[in-house]
Amino acid sequence: MTGAASRLPAAARAIVDGDRRVLARTITAVENGDPSADRVVRSLYARSGHAPVVGITGPLGVGKSSLVNALVGRLRSLGQTVGVVGVDPSSPFTGGSVLGDRIRLERRADDVGVFFRSMASRGAAGGVAAATREVSRLLDAAGFDVVLVETVGSGQVDVAIRDIASTSIVVVVPHLGDEVQTLKAGLFEIADVFCVNKVDLPGAELAKRDLAELVTLGGKEGDWAPPIVGTSTVDPTVGIDDLWNGVLAHEKYLDSSGERARGERKRLSAEIVGLARDHVGRVLMERLERDPGLRRLLDDVVARRIDPRTAADRLVSRGRRAG
Amino acid sequence: MAKARVTKRSPIRVLIAKPGLDGHDRGAKVVARALRDAGMEVIYAGLRQTPEEIVRAALEEDVDLIGLSILSGAHMALFPRILALLKEEGGHPIPVFAGGIIPDEDARRLKKAGIRAIFGPGTSLEEIVATAQSLVRRPA
Repeated sequence: MTGAASRLPAAARAIVDGDRRVLARTITAVENGDPSADRVVRSLYARSGHAPVVGITGPLGVGKSSLVNALVGRLRSLGQTVGVVGVDPSSPFTGGSVLGDRIRLERRADDVGVFFRSMASRGAAGGVAAATREVSRLLDAAGFDVVLVETVGSGQVDVAIRDIASTSIVVVVPHLGDEVQTLKAGLFEIADVFCVNKVDLPGAELAKRDLAELVTLGGKEGDWAPPIVGTSTVDPTVGIDDLWNGVLAHEKYLDSSGERARGERKRLSAEIVGLARDHVGRVLMERLERDPGLRRLLDDVVARRIDPRTAADRLVSRGRRAG
Repeated sequence: MAKARVTKRSPIRVLIAKPGLDGHDRGAKVVARALRDAGMEVIYAGLRQTPEEIVRAALEEDVDLIGLSILSGAHMALFPRILALLKEEGGHPIPVFAGGIIPDEDARRLKKAGIRAIFGPGTSLEEIVATAQSLVRRPA
């Protein structure tokens, strides 16, 4: 590592040395797909993989931002440094967004142990932005002890956090629905820790019981059984220790069971294949954009002389030949 | 590989914050929404922010622009402090605009001190959006 360190690009070196401005600018470049971030991202990969990446997900309004704030406070009191990514949706109409996850953040302005970055989803489905994975990796490489990723208020199938976080906390509140809701596919399947927030509201015990039933329904011997923790927004200290201990227990389980290594291989394989697919797609698109034949092909499809599938086949073979 | 990545025009990032102690942020929210509808990414920092918190947020969020809203009358103390802190950060300072209840005489002095635009009550949202866009000069 020491040999590699001297070969780091200047910006990467600055990030490792704690330069927050360079970190912030690099995050922007990654979000924008700016080629200036390319070398930095590549060179810092080897330095990531140390921080637990904890996802906080759940429907909108369940108190994710408040929980993130409470977790940040708890981690700081334990002497841990924290990088936070808070994702909010972009407008599908204008591309604009209001990013409000910062509002709940309480910390001393001079505390350099916390770095908080808001991120717009920019059209990505699944509850996170396309760049969220690389940004959380940057925070990891920058040396933060823990990385927290707060997702967009999620729907039932917004489970992309699973591909980024080592531990996913699924946050619910009382009265979200009956116990059959917990059986449905999607969000409830990805929980490593369940958090019933606003536990001071009536119905909290029932919500916990339904989740407990869900946890005991499935799974083989030795599988991870997600703990169910109650937290409160009235008193943000309630349950926060238990919540963090649940995360730590899961992180420990990942190591002792071999799941961490298995999961990493699976996720990285998907990431590499995805990047390669993007690359091939981009190269094909660039060639096609220069290809006058595309327009003639389109004319043929509009006039129903050929069908869209055949047109696509021809495009691909043309793209290959043009290479 | 990323060299070939086609970069769409990246959205303007703007921080909207309320320094000081007044607890009324309807104006700030209306402006935040208008900037959102103009396609910007608005980081809404909310009420009762200290100058230090605002500058810290601007740095971490790497914003192109800062909008301050104030109704308490403490602008002559808080705005120059924010400008000074931004200057301390070095580099090209982030442009700052402001809105709220700010007497004309104060507005003149604040503009001299470096606040790039000041909007009083009754300013149209179109004007605020157009000014915000013009304050962020970047290659399209």
